[in-house]
Amino acid sequence: MKPAKFNYLRPSSMEEAVHYLSEYGEDAKVLSGGQSLIPLLNMRLSTPKYLIDIGRAEGLSYIKEDGESLVIGTLTKHTEIEKSELVKGKCPLLSEAIRWVGHEQIRNRGTVGGSIAHGDPSAELPCVLTALRGEIVIVDVNGEEIVSPEDFFLTYMLTSLQPDQLVKEIRFPRIKPTCGSAFVEVARRHGDFGLVEVAAVVDLCEDGRFSDVKLAIGGVNSVPTLLEDVERLLVGKEPTEEIFNEAGDLTMELVEPESDLHGTAEYRRELSGTMVIRALKQATDRAQGGRVM
Amino acid sequence: MEGIKIHLKVNGQDISREVDPRLLLSDFIRENLLLTGTHIGCEHGVCGACTIQVNGDPVRSCLMLAVQADGCEVKTVESLIQENGELSHLQQAFSDNHALQCGFCTPGFLMTLSSFLEENSNPSEEEIRKCISGNLCRCTGYSNIIKAVKQAAQTVSN
Repeated sequence: MKPAKFNYLRPSSMEEAVHYLSEYGEDAKVLSGGQSLIPLLNMRLSTPKYLIDIGRAEGLSYIKEDGESLVIGTLTKHTEIEKSELVKGKCPLLSEAIRWVGHEQIRNRGTVGGSIAHGDPSAELPCVLTALRGEIVIVDVNGEEIVSPEDFFLTYMLTSLQPDQLVKEIRFPRIKPTCGSAFVEVARRHGDFGLVEVAAVVDLCEDGRFSDVKLAIGGVNSVPTLLEDVERLLVGKEPTEEIFNEAGDLTMELVEPESDLHGTAEYRRELSGTMVIRALKQATDRAQGGRVM
Repeated sequence: MEGIKIHLKVNGQDISREVDPRLLLSDFIRENLLLTGTHIGCEHGVCGACTIQVNGDPVRSCLMLAVQADGCEVKTVESLIQENGELSHLQQAFSDNHALQCGFCTPGFLMTLSSFLEENSNPSEEEIRKCISGNLCRCTGYSNIIKAVKQAAQTVSN
C-alpha cells in the first residue's frame, strides 16, 4: 500500500467536518477529490494522522448566482463547471480556463475547493480567481470569513488556510457582457502543469480605448500574480501593436520566474511577455467583436 | 487501524469487503478482486494506465482510495468483453489496427475511449487526440490508436 497509515474520518456535513478539523486539524488533511492529495500520500510526502474525507459531505457542491458573483461550492467538480451553461454565460473566462485543468479523468474527480486550497502557483483556477478579484469563503467552528486571493495565496503550495479551517465556497465575479476575456496557457502536454498561463479581461470605451483591464499570470511566481502595473499601462490607451508590445515588455520586468526541469527562468520570462500579448489580443478581439468568448 | 466495510458494484456484480482505508482503489481491484486488467503505471496520475470508470466517468484508480468508491458503480476493462465472449467493437478495432504493441497502456485507453464514444459517436481526429491526451503510450505513436477509434465509431454508427 502506498500511503502511510491514517485514521479515516468521513463527515456527512460541513459542520461535522469543521468539528473534526477543530479537534484534529494540526494532524489532519482534508480529502475532497484527491487528485492532488493522493499523489502526495502515495509518495509519502504527506503522512497525516487523520484523513478527513469531505467527499460525501452534503450541500457543498453547487454553482449559483449571487448578486454580481458566481458562487461555486467547494466540492464542485471541474467537469461540472466545464459543462455549466451558467458559467459559460456569466464567466466565460472560467469556462475557458477549466478545460486546461488536468485531463478529463482528473477533472471528473478534482474539485474547485481542492484546487484553491492546494495553492499550486501553476494551477488555472487560482490564476482566474486572482485576475477577477474573486473571494474565498472559509469556515471554521467560529463561523465564516471572506479572504481575497492576494491574502490567501502565500507561496508555493502554502495558503493562509489554518489547520482548523475549511474552504467552503469560491466567488467568481461575473464578467460584464461587453467585456472580452481570454485564458491562454503553454504546457508541455495539454493537461499537464502550465509553464505559463495568463487570464485577461478587457472592456473598451465607445471610442475603442481600454476602459478596464484585468490581468493575472500563473506559473512564473510563487503565487498567481496580478499584473496591476500592466493594467494601469493599458487603461485609457488604444489597443495597438505598440501598446501590446509594451505590455509584454513590462510583464517580463515584473515576473520573477525560477528554473526547473520543464523550463529555464529566461524561457519563462520570455514566454510571460508573449503570453500576455496573446491573451490581451484575444480578449480585445472578443470585446471588439461583441463576443464574450 | 481496523478495516472499513465498503459496498460497491464492480462490472455489474455487488461486492462487499472490509478494507484498510489507505488501500488504493487500483490495488483493491487488482489484489482483492483479482481483476488484473487494470494496470498500474506511475501511481501519481500522469500515465493513465489505471483508468477505470466510476459511475460512468473515466477516472484514475490510483488517485482514489477504495473507501471513496463505497456505494459507487465501478467498471474495469474486464467489463468490455461481450456476453458471448467476443471482443467489443473498440477492442476489435484496436486489434485490427495494431493499436497496441506491448499492451500495458491499453486497458486505460479502452476505459477512457469507451466512455468517450458513448457521448460522441462521430468524433473528429482532434477530439480523439484531446480525449487520449491523458493516457501515455510509448509504443504506438498514437496514430494506430486514432485509426482504431475511428473504426470503432464507424462500426457502432453502422
